[in-house]
Amino acid sequence: MSPAPVRNPSPALPSPHGTMRIALFITCLNDTLFPATGRAVVTLLERLGHRVDFPPEQTCCGQMHFNTGYRRDCVPLVRRFAEAFAGYDAVLTPSGSCAAMVREHHGRVAEVSGDERLSAAVRDAPPVYELSEFLVDVLGVTDVGAYFPHRVTYHPTCHSLRMLGVGDRPLALLRAVRGIDLVELGGADQCCGFGGTFALKNADTSVAMCTDKVRHVLDTGAEVLCAGDNSCLMHIGGALSRLRTGVRVMHLAEILASTEKGPVHGAEEPSPASWRDTERTKTP
Amino acid sequence: MNDATFLGMPAFPAAAAGALRDSQLRGNLARATGTIRSRRAAAVSEQDDWEHLREAGRAVKERTLRHLDRYLLQLEEKVTAAGGTVHWARDAEEARRIVVGLVQDTGEREVVKVKSMVTQEIGLNDALADAGIDAYETDLAELIVQLGQDHPSHILVPAIHRNRAEIREIFLRSMGAYGTAAPADLNDDPRRLAEAARRHLREKFLRAKVAVSGVNFLVAETGTAVVVESEGNGRMCLTLPETLISVAGIEKVIPTWQDLEVFLQLLPRSSTGERMNPYTSTWTGTRADDGPRAFHLVLVDAGRTEALSDPVGRQVLNCIRCSACLNVCPVYERVGGHAYGSVYPGPIGAVLSPQLRGTASEVDRALPYASSLCGACYEVCPVKIDIPEVLVHLRARVVEDGRGRLVPKPERLAMAAARWVISRPARLTAAQRAGAVAARLVARRGRVGRLPGPLSRWTDTRDAPVPPAETFSAWWKRTRR
Ligand code: SF4
Repeated sequence: MSPAPVRNPSPALPSPHGTMRIALFITCLNDTLFPATGRAVVTLLERLGHRVDFPPEQTCCGQMHFNTGYRRDCVPLVRRFAEAFAGYDAVLTPSGSCAAMVREHHGRVAEVSGDERLSAAVRDAPPVYELSEFLVDVLGVTDVGAYFPHRVTYHPTCHSLRMLGVGDRPLALLRAVRGIDLVELGGADQCCGFGGTFALKNADTSVAMCTDKVRHVLDTGAEVLCAGDNSCLMHIGGALSRLRTGVRVMHLAEILASTEKGPVHGAEEPSPASWRDTERTKTP
Repeated sequence: MNDATFLGMPAFPAAAAGALRDSQLRGNLARATGTIRSRRAAAVSEQDDWEHLREAGRAVKERTLRHLDRYLLQLEEKVTAAGGTVHWARDAEEARRIVVGLVQDTGEREVVKVKSMVTQEIGLNDALADAGIDAYETDLAELIVQLGQDHPSHILVPAIHRNRAEIREIFLRSMGAYGTAAPADLNDDPRRLAEAARRHLREKFLRAKVAVSGVNFLVAETGTAVVVESEGNGRMCLTLPETLISVAGIEKVIPTWQDLEVFLQLLPRSSTGERMNPYTSTWTGTRADDGPRAFHLVLVDAGRTEALSDPVGRQVLNCIRCSACLNVCPVYERVGGHAYGSVYPGPIGAVLSPQLRGTASEVDRALPYASSLCGACYEVCPVKIDIPEVLVHLRARVVEDGRGRLVPKPERLAMAAARWVISRPARLTAAQRAGAVAARLVARRGRVGRLPGPLSRWTDTRDAPVPPAETFSAWWKRTRR
């Protein structure tokens, strides 16, 4: 059977003129709740010999507003995004669903707004890559020199899987990690039930879906559940934590940034106080 | 218009919560959808040109819908020329009146029915009952639903929410009241159950003078109606009675037999996971020496023209009711069909019902939100309906409709506030600081176990992360500048 066509394929490689100017789009969720993921991306890229910029004017891709039906509220966010990243060769983001939002919907939001200049700005904006696409397609690496001696299972979040079509790029990256014991997740392609505001609007259904995901995760015996989207991990991790399962959730970037020197994410400062890293948690 | 709303149904979130508590239902659904899902995957993987076929299916449907007026008139002309009569129904009410009138004209007091979601949509059975006419469903699953005084919960397998043991019980309890009773020693062996149904239905087929059917396709070039089925009960309905009344939505028309070829490949593989379905019946008007003496085709609009006028929403009219999207839907698999409050459940129902019925009711406004937007439906849809796109499009409609309200919903205020915050980095930073302080106040041992207000819907079952001491932007500012 011919494979299903990818809706928003990884964009064409930015033309290499001298050094590539790479911008990190951290996403509002990661900035606020999961900064360790951002630090891991920076560590990783620098280890691979690339410089990453962090345009301070960035905020949010507008996904929550767009997907909940608040299109008008989305327009200023799309404008801000286009302005914040103008002039870069590539934008890298550690979130499959935010990358999908920008690639699939920003053009449409701009078009519906009727603002010609916004449409032009969105058209001229640099290509946006999800982390695994960037590493595999743009940098051409699968072995990033990581070391992570743990049993890990990978959940291929829906938007990475179906809207971006990242395929097995994340798995290829994980397989190349030294020391890792990568185990297959049953029912991997099944949605975890997060779905943005769905998790609140239809909390019962969302949790029912999450319960099955948790069951599959526990079946693997993994210590760590990995994914390329912290939103889904926040949801599944929230349930894993509530059930006191002891399974940690980690973003792909954090595993790829880990080396023999330890899972320190390029910063000599207090670790995040969150359930995601319970052993290092200290609430002030 | 409220015809297809299951009366008294609460909106999706509440109905779903009820369904989720039914562990029998969840077990039945998970087993059934799991089986059909893998069968479909196998049947589709054999076909090298599956993606081309899907594209062809989509293209044929879209071309047809662009010139729907022309094809419908061609259809009417051909059906009439072949001895049939075409009736046009603007809405459900008119459709019911036409069908009830046609049955009354025959003087009969009972009809056999097969394969017709649209008659469910228009609420035909109740209208017939009001006119003193008994309608007997003959599709096996529909029969189970009817005997159980239940609602269909799946497009193709309307009784998917029932298992064998429940079906045995329903047969024993109710068959006698409708006709030939089930044998007293009936067990839940599928063969025995099918045998009981066969005996019960056989009597009806042989007696009925009038049949009401749906159609899967209407071929405009010859005026031919097509029904695709598995059991052969449809064939009985379509050939034995003297009068055949077929009811169809206007989107069922396709231009040519060559176009039909595409759909006869797409449909069985997508719906039952078969290479070909066991029975495909086609008929063109009437014949003097065979089949029904009178043939009526009732073409129903009931909101379809309205849907057609929406450039994004109109793709739902491509639907060939294969039910593949239901079988892969993680939401449907958990809650079943009833929670959707319509004869059209699952992902397609969530985008179809609010377009056919409008978004005036609570039920219809909730439907576009009954999805996590995982996209599994789009991936399998044989006519490439981008269901997530339509869901989000309809959400925007629901939100826009609400903008006129005097008192805005709390959600709108929250969304406006969120937009205000995240549209400027400085505001975001301030909010992050405030949020971090607040969250730390409620955190226990690094977990947030309870949040106030609507966010408690999160923390009822999931811990929330504690915001870290330093955001990424603050870290960047501190270390990189
Ligand atoms: S929307 Fe597509 S997958 Fe769903 S029933 Fe219709 S044709 Fe089948």
